[in-house]
Order: sequence, then C-alpha cells, then structure tokens
Amino acid sequence: MEATTEDRWQKVVYDTLKKNGVTIFSYVPDAGHRMAIDLSLADPDVHSVALTTEEEGVALAAGAHLGGAKSALLMQSSGLGNCINFFSMITGGKFPFLTILSMRGDYGEGNPWQMGMGKAVRPILDAMGFVTVEITQKDEVERAIDAACTMAFQSGEAVAVLLTQKLIGAKKF
Amino acid sequence: MANAEKAAPKFELDRSVVVPQLVGKQEDFLFIGGLAGTAKDLAAITNDGANYYGMAGAMGAAVAMGLGLALARPDKKVFVATGDGELLMNVGALATASIMNPPNLRILCVDNGHYGETGYQLSHTSQGVDLEQMAIGAGIKSTMTVETQDQIAAGARMLRESNGTCFVLLRVKPEDGPKFKRDMDPASTRVRFLQAMKAKA
Repeated sequence: MEATTEDRWQKVVYDTLKKNGVTIFSYVPDAGHRMAIDLSLADPDVHSVALTTEEEGVALAAGAHLGGAKSALLMQSSGLGNCINFFSMITGGKFPFLTILSMRGDYGEGNPWQMGMGKAVRPILDAMGFVTVEITQKDEVERAIDAACTMAFQSGEAVAVLLTQKLIGAKKF
Repeated sequence: MANAEKAAPKFELDRSVVVPQLVGKQEDFLFIGGLAGTAKDLAAITNDGANYYGMAGAMGAAVAMGLGLALARPDKKVFVATGDGELLMNVGALATASIMNPPNLRILCVDNGHYGETGYQLSHTSQGVDLEQMAIGAGIKSTMTVETQDQIAAGARMLRESNGTCFVLLRVKPEDGPKFKRDMDPASTRVRFLQAMKAKA
C-alpha cells in the first residue's frame, strides 16, 4: 500500500507493531489509524477485527493472550471512555495489553464535543494503572512503538500509546 | 412468523442439568465464562479446570474474549458461556464475532430472563427480547433455541460440530446454577490457563 509523505508515519505504526509480533489488530475506525487499519485488512498474515465498540477490543486482547497471541487495539481517544470497566480485567488479571490511541480533544482541537474526553484521557489511564507513551514527532514513532511493545509484551504491562494532535494534526472545523 | 403468533418463551429447563448435557465431554473445549451464573456452570463442569477462564466482573466481555482466543488458537474449539444480562450489555459483540466467523467459536447463552446475581430483577428477555433473533440479525448462520427437552440433543450437536461460529440460546428456570467455589483471582487463573496451554502445545 502506498503511503504519502503525510501519512508515512502511520505505516511505521503498523510495521512496528507487526515487527513486534502483533498478529491480531482490532479497531473502531478513525482517520488517525486509517493506514494501519487498511494495511491490517490487506495483510493475510494477521487478523483484522472491526469492533462495534472499543471495549470489545480489550476483551479480545485478553482472549488472544490466553491463546498465546499478541494483539493491539487501535482507537480514537474518545473510545477510551467505553473501555474503563474492562480495564479492570486487564490490570487485575495482569494481562499484557497494548492500545494505540489517536488523540482528539487535544492540542488545537476545534470541536468542543471532543474536549471532555480528550482532557480525561491521561487521568483515566493513570487511574487504571497504565503506562502511557506520548508521541509528538514523526521521527519518534518507531522507537516509541517498540518501547511500548516491550513494556506490554515482555513486562506484561497495560500500555497506551498516544498519537497526539501535535503528531497527527487537528481536524479543521 | 409475526411476533403475535410466536409461542411464549419457555423458561422451564434446569441449567444445572442441561448445561452439562450441552457441553458433553468438557476436555474437548477451551472455555470462557461470563460473570455470575455461567461462570459457576462452567466451573462445576470443568471442576474449575485449567481449560477454563471465568470472570467475576468485566460484564459483557465474554463473547469478545472468546473471539480473541478462537482467533489465536484455531486448532482448539472455544466455548463461550454467557448469560442474558451479560450478553445484552455488549450484544454488538455478536456482530463482531459474526463477521470474523471463526469456525472454532461456539457461544452458549444461558437465558434465565433475570439478573439473578443482583436479586432476580426481570431482564429484557422476559419482556419480549429474543437473543437468538439478535444473533440471527447479527449474521450468525448457525443458531438455535433450546427450551424443551427434545431440543437438547440438537443443541449439543451444534455446539460440538458446527463449522462456523454458532449461537445456542438456552432458556432455563430463574434459579441459581450449581454452587461451586472457584478461584476468582483473575491473575492466577490466567497463569493457570497459559501454563496448561503451554504444557499441551
């Protein structure tokens, strides 16, 4: 799949997850993950699971782990709020868990409906015991995703990578 | 058949008897149990075994968790047991399971029409909601309802032999299932499950 200069970092997200052994991708569609979602759908070596709501991806990751597979949940930050109760299984059960959030309600947001969850993302992740990795620059993507995969799949942590609006840009309204 | 002509649902079977009949030889499956009643059903059937991961929270997680396990282990039959209340909380997971349609995933919904754990408040399925119809609407090709004795054998066959994701709705009396003291630690049961998978691999 051809990546334009603008979204080449999105391809790096996918390639780095795959390099780290992720074989099950789950997602609720979001523009910030467009490339990773399309690449996972086109890749015969992975499962690409379209979710109806983000918390399904949390449970899916736990089930995948029980079967010895690594998975990553791709979602917009607004979906984080849907996941909170299921995170209690992740942290209580010490399941390795990795989610990549494309931020809304963040740097430069122009849609007031997005701000509430956007401001709550970091406190929620802290409250649920996550390790949070923020990416603001395109050239940080590979290292940050590598670091997140290591903490999730080797140290067994719940890890959230935030693709901030400094990285992805703010949608114009 | 129009709704008005449909026979009233029968909540008459005894889950402690029928769930084991539907499972048959439990060693043939990996089990995911939703919280409360179905977690106890499966704990009793497997003797809280290492081929079983049961929840006591995260209501609504069972089907998606089973889907993840089924995708990760296509060589194993994955059996999810969930209740009506739990499934209603995340009924969209049926749509997600349906479009993936792993051949090794089977879903049993033990429907007692009530929220048993919290004092037997009526659930939606006592008030006209039909979860088999919702599974059909989600696109699951193999579905059936078991609410009388003569349907049990066919239900067991579907859960054992289906070559696509299947859904069986079992209607039972609004009574507690087996009393079974199981390990409720989500971490130690996770490790138990993983170690058993590695030992057999």
